[in-house]
Amino acid sequence: MPEISPRPIRFVHRGHAIALEGVPPTRTLLDWLREDARPRCTGTKEGCNEGDCGACTVLVAERDDTAPGGVAIRHVNACLSFLPTLDGRAVITVEDLPQPHPVQQALVECHGSQCGFCTPGFVMTMTALREAHAAAGTRPERPAIADALAGNLCRCTGYRPIVDAAERMFELPDAPIDRAALRAQLDALAADTSEMTLEDFAAQRLARPEARIVAGATDVALWVNKQFRDIGEPLWITRVPALRRIATDADGTLHIGAAASLEDAWAALAARWPALTEVWRRFASPPVRHAGTLGGNIANGSPIGDGAPVLIALDARIVLRRGPDTRTLALEDFYLDYMKNALAPGEFVERLVVPPSPEGTQLRAWKISKRFDSDISTVLMAAALRLDADGRIAAARLVFGGMAAITKRAAQTEAALRGRRWDEATLQAAQVALAQDFLPLSDLRASASYRLAVSANLLRRLWLETRPDDPLPASATQVREFRA
Amino acid sequence: MSTTVIGTSRPHESAQLHVTGRAPYIDDLPEVAGTLHGALGLSPVAHGRLVALDLDRVRAMPGVVAVLSAADIPGVNDCGPIVHDDPILAEGTVNWRGQPMFLVVARTRGEARRAAALAAQVATIEPLQAVLDPLEAHRLQQYVVPPMHLQRGDAAAAIAAAPHRLEGRFSLGGQEQFYLEGQIAYALPQENDGLLVHSSTQHPTEMQHVVAHALGLAAHQVQVQCRRMGGGFGGKESQSALFAACAALAAHRLQCPVKLRPDRDDDFLITGRRHGFEFRYTVGHDEAGRLLGAEVEMVSNAGASADLSAPVMTRALCHFDNAYWLPAVDLRGYCARTNTQSNTAFRGFGGPQGALAVEVILDEVARRLGLDALAVRRANFYGTEDRNITPYGQTVEDNILAPLVDELAARGRHDARRAEIAAFNATSPVLKKGLALTPVKFGISFNVAHFNQAGALVHVYTDGSVLVNHGGTEMGQGLNTKVAQVVAHELGLPLERVRVSATDTHKVANTSATAASTGTDLNGKAAQDAARQIRDRLAAFVAARWQVAPEAVQFAGGQVTAGTQALAFTELVAQAYAARIQLWSDGFYATPGLHWDRERLQGKPFFYFAYGAALSEVIVDTLTGEWRLLRADVLHDVGASLNPALDIGQVEGAFVQGMGWLTTEELRWQPMDGSRAAGLLLTHAPSTYKIPTANDIPLEPGALDVRLFGHRNPADSIHRSKAVGEPPLLLPFSVFLAIRDAVSAAGGHRVDPPLRAPATGEAILDALAAVQRG
Repeated sequence: MPEISPRPIRFVHRGHAIALEGVPPTRTLLDWLREDARPRCTGTKEGCNEGDCGACTVLVAERDDTAPGGVAIRHVNACLSFLPTLDGRAVITVEDLPQPHPVQQALVECHGSQCGFCTPGFVMTMTALREAHAAAGTRPERPAIADALAGNLCRCTGYRPIVDAAERMFELPDAPIDRAALRAQLDALAADTSEMTLEDFAAQRLARPEARIVAGATDVALWVNKQFRDIGEPLWITRVPALRRIATDADGTLHIGAAASLEDAWAALAARWPALTEVWRRFASPPVRHAGTLGGNIANGSPIGDGAPVLIALDARIVLRRGPDTRTLALEDFYLDYMKNALAPGEFVERLVVPPSPEGTQLRAWKISKRFDSDISTVLMAAALRLDADGRIAAARLVFGGMAAITKRAAQTEAALRGRRWDEATLQAAQVALAQDFLPLSDLRASASYRLAVSANLLRRLWLETRPDDPLPASATQVREFRA
Repeated sequence: MSTTVIGTSRPHESAQLHVTGRAPYIDDLPEVAGTLHGALGLSPVAHGRLVALDLDRVRAMPGVVAVLSAADIPGVNDCGPIVHDDPILAEGTVNWRGQPMFLVVARTRGEARRAAALAAQVATIEPLQAVLDPLEAHRLQQYVVPPMHLQRGDAAAAIAAAPHRLEGRFSLGGQEQFYLEGQIAYALPQENDGLLVHSSTQHPTEMQHVVAHALGLAAHQVQVQCRRMGGGFGGKESQSALFAACAALAAHRLQCPVKLRPDRDDDFLITGRRHGFEFRYTVGHDEAGRLLGAEVEMVSNAGASADLSAPVMTRALCHFDNAYWLPAVDLRGYCARTNTQSNTAFRGFGGPQGALAVEVILDEVARRLGLDALAVRRANFYGTEDRNITPYGQTVEDNILAPLVDELAARGRHDARRAEIAAFNATSPVLKKGLALTPVKFGISFNVAHFNQAGALVHVYTDGSVLVNHGGTEMGQGLNTKVAQVVAHELGLPLERVRVSATDTHKVANTSATAASTGTDLNGKAAQDAARQIRDRLAAFVAARWQVAPEAVQFAGGQVTAGTQALAFTELVAQAYAARIQLWSDGFYATPGLHWDRERLQGKPFFYFAYGAALSEVIVDTLTGEWRLLRADVLHDVGASLNPALDIGQVEGAFVQGMGWLTTEELRWQPMDGSRAAGLLLTHAPSTYKIPTANDIPLEPGALDVRLFGHRNPADSIHRSKAVGEPPLLLPFSVFLAIRDAVSAAGGHRVDPPLRAPATGEAILDALAAVQRG
């Protein structure tokens, strides 16, 4: 059995400060709500217990002076939320919404529920969307609504009435979450915070090199929920405010702390490189992006993680820390072999450093998966390409996920491009070289031959969009960019 | 006076409860003190002889109270709905990877799951040859039921005499129901060895029978209740039985309440789904594309046992005609036994599989002749006066296909868009568009005549409020809302005065499954019958007082009137009670005129047909196989709708669900390659099995345009409405065939795209490669 958490976990639920003692560190918020809370809060449902269906979506609020009312409110999957990650925060479930609530009223009016099982999860996602837009005085377009709903599955309605309801809810009288009251409750909790300094965390890591570092637990929770793995008493990296920061140097270099959320990290990356917006939209789902971290995605090192290929294409560095000492590696050198990385005992990922791209760099990142939303990549290609004045390829970084045991640059393909005129002949040579670079696997997502074929075709798409003569716009090469 | 509630768009009766999280599903019910939790130990191999189970190791796990296996079942170890080849817990052999071998009962669900996870370590199994591929099973003539044959005329001679002949194969995958609420049962011991079982099931009576047989009890000792399901889609018609039986077994044995809720992954590994089909066909046709003869072999992947595979195949054979007159057919159906989960009911029940085959064939016929596919479809439509008898001998009496398709084609500018798309494709090097319009004709009724019956109870209380109970189950489709509308209409009451309570085998006995789209047709009529009896008694009572004919008494707007005399319904009820008038009644309905010869596959299996058509436009990326649905126009026939909002919800939901089946929802098993995962269903959770999301529908306002075809049902159905659950599942054939059209465009329409279903990106790229090779 997992070890018992040594310190009470304190969070706000139903307006009360809860202090839980003796709870296993991997007890999930979902199980706590449904089994332990009194009265049981059964409005939050379990559909999959792996963060893919959204039936357990709840809101988590935390102190944030930059957010409206000093409270940031985000939706997460309760099935992936270990209780210790809620320390110092507030949980808002469907039972907490003021009545009548415009989200609920809109769903009834638009016939947005059939079996109703997924509905509370949709209600919470839509409440988060409404809160975000109400604060900004904006309303989302239908594609933005669908993006927001990417983590909520409905098997009955076909979604149209739910999207309609997400528009309709803005026309109904508001019933906002009382942020002032929440802030006061959160402030009261903050008096006894579990937050720690970077130095303290580094010391703990040094003292417990075997301990599992956990951030949002969006992967680790599956080991527990599905495989019953005992992960002991983890080190909770999101408790280090210094590591949640994202900062920019004067020269534009971006520093993404290891505990910054995926959503914040991708927002920062896409603000700098708009070509990354599509990968951001399709990276997991909003609730997973709110809980998970880019540092976790990188440290986890899965060959089908979408963070690494993009960051390697951007020539990112990774800063590793051991006690007081840090060292910096090129991210591509961090990965040694399947699920093996360069971390030494007692060391941890402190931050990612993304330099500005050289002038004239064209960046592309394309994800291929069975479904657009919330799916694992079959192949992800990230490419950074720079042409000289003669239309020759001055620099090329081509990075692939899903094609090898680790995220890997296509070295021979890059070599076939470098210094060449960017024309059909060069493209074909690069496509031939690509088959030398990779020997992908066949698995449940796709066959090896599809992975190779689609990768070669993504090279062609790259050429079509970036060739010096008659480049095609994305609307002519990508179905998601096409507008009728 | 308010007008009737029939035909109005009322919200789902539980909508307010759904959105506030206050609609209880079984796992939300207050737990009785002492409740224990179950988990199933699953077979780690696809096929083997079960030599021994070291259950003491499992019993030693923390929190475990009991571990039960087949030997602990006092009655019959079977939960098969027709053929009795479905052990509740494995006995002698294990036949698929994921088959339950034992049941752990523990203090908490987590403890039960952890103990059950030892299954692979405690089972001694001698491996046997496993077959995962239905075509391999077909070669071995390994079937769950005898082959079936539906024949009319001499198909071989018709094909030989036809001007053109076409041969081909088509591979169609299965589909997971993915009800959001997984399987669950909660069993509570009752007095005198009885049991109350809360079961998430479409078929409470079947659950009652299975539990009674397994425990050696009489049916009257077992009470099964279901207030609502978080989705069913056929997956809880027969296959809720294993869970109900296991929970009941443990509760009976331990005399404690026991809840069994498998984890989603286990639900995928234990239960079956829509049958995948493999088709081989030869057809003969004329210059206009009219089919003159068809020989078709259908091999379904039945999985490890019969379950409902035989009636699913029957419906597939009876829907190969879809909308078309087929003068000579020779259709053979084989239900292949494989070592995979036993496949079962799923919305459409074989109908979609059979009908898609003929649509693929007509698509190819049109391409070979260089004709417009819609023109070829129209040329083959059933007639209204002649050419109107189905291969199974039923006359198509109410054919509205031609006007329905004409209306949709005009609304969707079919011909103009075909030209626009050709022009787009001519200048677009990477992205290609495709368009397809496909019709639906779907037979309504259970193919087994005696299932077409239903019962209901209507109680009018002395305060004038009404409680309805019927044999159907609510899985989100809005059945209870429609039945309440029917009863409110009969008694002239506002809908709010009528409540429908949980389905309960102690109230209405011997019910049929809520399946085959028949829920409202059957239970609505039964409830109407009950309400009418009460109304007639009240009318006779008040007519005597008022000195009028009973027929002159009207019930509307909460008032009872005759000429100038009027009385509030509530008041009348109070007076009638005092006069000792029976204020409650049962009701019964049996669909008239059905007969079916199961051996010859001939008769009149269907009360009527439901029709529809859809026009879909897609865009396909020829480099990656990615695609998007740009626009879909749907016109669907629900007769005179009882509730247009609910009906549109069913049509749209089915459209998107069927689109998922044919595109992203791919099932993959690890081949029998000697690896540790051999025989494992690899796509056993939503992380790997991808149903549509909100981003997979056309989002522009009006781009998913679903409308109802206003046409009263000529058959005497409930208020002349038509069933709506399953027929629209066939509408997204248009999406699949539009993708096929776009792929075909990439090859200049010279070659038939060998596109399999589901049309994943990989399947599309494979088909593109074939058409580009030429």
